Amino acid sequence: MSEFISPVLSYSLLSPILVVFAGAIVGVLIEAFASKSIRPIAQISVAIGTLVLSLVQVWRIRNSGSTTAAMGSVIIDGPGVLLQASILIIAILAVFLIADTENFAAAAAAIPGSPEERESIARGQQVTEVFPLTLFAVAGMLLFPVASDLITLFVALEVLSLPLYLMAGLSRRRRLLSQESALKYFLLGAFSSAFFLFGAAYLYGYSGSVSFDGIRNAVIGGTGNDVFLLIGIAFLSIGLLFKVGAVPFHAWSPDVYQGAPTPVTAFMAAATKVAAFGAMLRIYYTSFANAEWSWRPLLVGIAIITMVFGSLVAIAQRDVKRMLAYSSIAHAGFLLTGVIALNKAGLDASIYYLFAYGVATVGAFAVVTLVRDSAGEVTDLNRWAGLGKRSPWVATSFATFLLAFAGIPLTSGFIGKFSIFSAAYESGSTAVVIAGVLSSAIAAFFYIRVIVLMFFSDPLEDATSVVIPSALTRITVLFSVAITIFLGVFPSPLLDFISNIAIFIR
Amino acid sequence: MLVNNGLVYLIALPLFGAAVLLLAGRRADRWGHLLATAFSGMSFVLGAVQFYQMLGRSPENRSVSQKLFNWISVGSFNVDAGLLVDQLSICFVLLITGVGTLIHIYSIAYMDHDKDRRRFFAYLNFFIAAMLLLVMGDSYLNLYVGWEGVGLASYLLIGFWNQKPAYATASKKAFIANRVGDMGLSFAIMIAFATMGTVSFSGVKEAAEGTSQGALTAIGIMLLLAATGKSAQFPLQAWLGDAMAGPTPVSALIHAATMVTAGVYLITRSNFIFDAAPTAQLLVVIIGAITLLFGAIIGTAKDDIKKALAASTMSQIGYMVLATGLGPVGYAFAIMHLLTHGFFKAGMFLGAGSVMHGTGDEVNMRKFGGIRHFMPVTFATFGLGYLAILGVPPFAGFYSKDKIIETAFYSGGIKGIIIGSVALFGAALTAFYMSRLMILTFAGTPRYDINHPPHESSFLMLLPMGILAIGSVTSGFLLARGDALVHWLSPLFEAHEGHGEEILPPVVISLMALGVVILGAAFAWFKYGRNPVSDTAPTEVSVFTRIARRDLLQDDFNESVFMRPGQALTRLLVKTDEVVVDGTVRGVASATLESGAALRSTQTGFVRSYAALIVIGAIALIAAIWAVTL
Repeated sequence: MSEFISPVLSYSLLSPILVVFAGAIVGVLIEAFASKSIRPIAQISVAIGTLVLSLVQVWRIRNSGSTTAAMGSVIIDGPGVLLQASILIIAILAVFLIADTENFAAAAAAIPGSPEERESIARGQQVTEVFPLTLFAVAGMLLFPVASDLITLFVALEVLSLPLYLMAGLSRRRRLLSQESALKYFLLGAFSSAFFLFGAAYLYGYSGSVSFDGIRNAVIGGTGNDVFLLIGIAFLSIGLLFKVGAVPFHAWSPDVYQGAPTPVTAFMAAATKVAAFGAMLRIYYTSFANAEWSWRPLLVGIAIITMVFGSLVAIAQRDVKRMLAYSSIAHAGFLLTGVIALNKAGLDASIYYLFAYGVATVGAFAVVTLVRDSAGEVTDLNRWAGLGKRSPWVATSFATFLLAFAGIPLTSGFIGKFSIFSAAYESGSTAVVIAGVLSSAIAAFFYIRVIVLMFFSDPLEDATSVVIPSALTRITVLFSVAITIFLGVFPSPLLDFISNIAIFIR
Repeated sequence: MLVNNGLVYLIALPLFGAAVLLLAGRRADRWGHLLATAFSGMSFVLGAVQFYQMLGRSPENRSVSQKLFNWISVGSFNVDAGLLVDQLSICFVLLITGVGTLIHIYSIAYMDHDKDRRRFFAYLNFFIAAMLLLVMGDSYLNLYVGWEGVGLASYLLIGFWNQKPAYATASKKAFIANRVGDMGLSFAIMIAFATMGTVSFSGVKEAAEGTSQGALTAIGIMLLLAATGKSAQFPLQAWLGDAMAGPTPVSALIHAATMVTAGVYLITRSNFIFDAAPTAQLLVVIIGAITLLFGAIIGTAKDDIKKALAASTMSQIGYMVLATGLGPVGYAFAIMHLLTHGFFKAGMFLGAGSVMHGTGDEVNMRKFGGIRHFMPVTFATFGLGYLAILGVPPFAGFYSKDKIIETAFYSGGIKGIIIGSVALFGAALTAFYMSRLMILTFAGTPRYDINHPPHESSFLMLLPMGILAIGSVTSGFLLARGDALVHWLSPLFEAHEGHGEEILPPVVISLMALGVVILGAAFAWFKYGRNPVSDTAPTEVSVFTRIARRDLLQDDFNESVFMRPGQALTRLLVKTDEVVVDGTVRGVASATLESGAALRSTQTGFVRSYAALIVIGAIALIAAIWAVTL
């Protein structure tokens, strides 16, 4: 009888993830046992405290890099630590927005328009379960880019996705639209998960291993059946491309971005992208690196279609959240060029881009939460006309984020685009760079159009107004603006930092 | 190279001014314009000090630089934010801050009644800072930052009076044309980086020798595209006329003297690329020649005084671009024309602003006439600018434009004869449309309500006009005397190889130029001076006039070739996305209120079609992977 070997978990390396899980469980307990009056404040404190603690843990393990934990199912290395830190910073900013419970349904389980709903609104109920849900999602996201085998990766994928499906349905206003988007997101997410699993099964069939390392060795050895490998790569890619919203797996994102409560959209748009691209970079840069002949042309095609499609369709959008959704599709295309580059510069640039884009995205959606009328947020772009005259500061912040998305110099977006494109150019992917520059020129058009609309059009005579931001929202907006400009003017410290520690261990 | 850590203040002062004016808000309304003018003036003084110090050094040691900080370092890619002031940039620094300060002073009076005067001055200061960064950056990437900055300032100022929708459209048009140009610049930077591994001017200059002809030509063409966008050259010229919607001081500063000449700066700065890429250089000549005729022809048909001047600017910049395409001999003359043009065109724009100010914002020249009696100072200063642009000796344009025509003729062979003749013909057209403008505005009988005669402008407006008029008279002589500017700039360019064969003696060319100018002016006088002018534009005109009035169909061309197909493509994509795949979500939103049942049925439809899309995508992916690996 073989002896039972107790697993070695390396708790300190896992601590950022474990802290967040623990915080989420505490949140659930608060939801169950604390009295209604103290729940909101307790939940916010627990959520923020947990995230900050986790960030501290990430900082402490930053140099213990390049080690495996939990019996080799998790790898803590430079890119992993950086991505975890980005996710946590973005999550903290997003929780500040979520703290404004005005955006959430009073009782999410009540049927829209039902007496229960009216009653719960009348009683001034607040949704507080969104905080533990957020923490669960964050925990999944933290695990996603450091997972080093397909099973852990899948578990992380589901842990991060399931709370998001729920959170998308929590909107206080236009509840049907919100619930519809949640259901859509859930069904399609489940569908793409099936593809993902299918791909994982084929990869196991090819290599006889579920660990990234094992797959890598099998690819280098070249002994397996290539058909299994190709199908495996294709299906696994579909699962990941769905999460990042690349064309043609993007269809959910405009609906969900629009339907979900705006703070949740902010969180989802920014943090999910970091986590999903993080995992993608790891798999393609390690496991599949030596099979690049098979997947690179495909990703080039998808990247080009994604960039061009996202930029063109965004032009026609009249709703600010849908416009930002298509913009995020275009950005998924830009980020794919970093995966395609498959070199150190591409990795550094991608991590930088993810952080810069994530922060600007949270900031942009934070501004969206502020523009309201009596019926809630105003997302019709025409009604944003003249915002610059009524609320110059809010409009200027939004303009800063848009300029960053457009990649105008002296914003973080410019450095991100420039470094990611030059990395792809270095690796010889000229076509994708040309498509990238062209579509960023197109994209700049609709970003600037919004700026022109805000500053150069006369305000409509209606009740659109900018609410006075709460202190937390204000912090989010100001911090995002500061980071966006700082990273545009002084990107070197962060770029150096990234470039020094971002090395995948294989 | 000498290091001077004070260079940054040239830019920092006006930038600080802009920040103060914008942040202080209404509190700064009373003194904001004075502060802005002072900052611009201080920048000029700093520039002049730099210039004086440069004069005291030997030609090889005149450049000064300052490293600000390490801007980007990604892997092998390193860019410092650094400044460089050499013989070329100092010319621009003095022009920008000098003319800029004069225009600040003029605007104090011109914008007196505008409630947003403070904001206007903030934008002006911001423009000065961005433009200085453009000409003082020591790498293409730093130049690009300034390039985008002046673009931003330009939109803000064109759209400054955004009450009228047409003005907002104008700034959008300027934006698109510039966006296309900017794309050229970013491509050029990327190609340069990919092939040479550096984007600093000195680095690229060194690396250019070992770089393939193809890459240099590609960089050159992309730089030219950038220049056509910013400098309103063919085929991206359409925006300049509409940009006249902005306040007149803006037209004078940005759309005549400084920003629109950035393309000329870019080409001159990149001389090491164009000299090594003959194809790109030839293209520069062609673009310049086309634009100089294009602008001049449009100028002959415009009744709006500002649009006529804008067309003239386009045409004059065409001369400069043409000259930069003529190689080492041409650069100095391009810059000389740029500087003299900066004086006389800014002066004439300010004169036009003064006329508008005096006539209640009228811009239609057919509603003017005989204004010289009421605005003698404006007439005098404008008249000196007029003589300068015509190239009448000894006014400024004579020295610079004659040299360009001469160099064009001497550029060799049949090419020389063609572009020389184009330049000569352009001079005749210039004489015609400028004389027409003078006659319609200042001569003849009044065509306005004589009971409300125009009034002369205030001293604050006349002072800058006077100073610029002095420049229009003297600058050409000063720059050309003993080839002062040519010698000043010569260390920057390849050895001055002299010009090609002299097919005609210079004197003959000068006489020919003077001859066609007199012809053009005389023709204008016969047409408009002898007979009374109608105060509405005649409609019974030839098809050529009609085409010229429509800006040689530039908008029709852009609309039918770019805009409509582009819109159609966007609509098609949106339809695919929204109808076939996406469903009409806005419909759903309204259906929400109506019926839950109807909604449910549409809802399942959506998810099904989304899922179908994923399946199709998956099949396509598998098929593609199959195809790739076969």
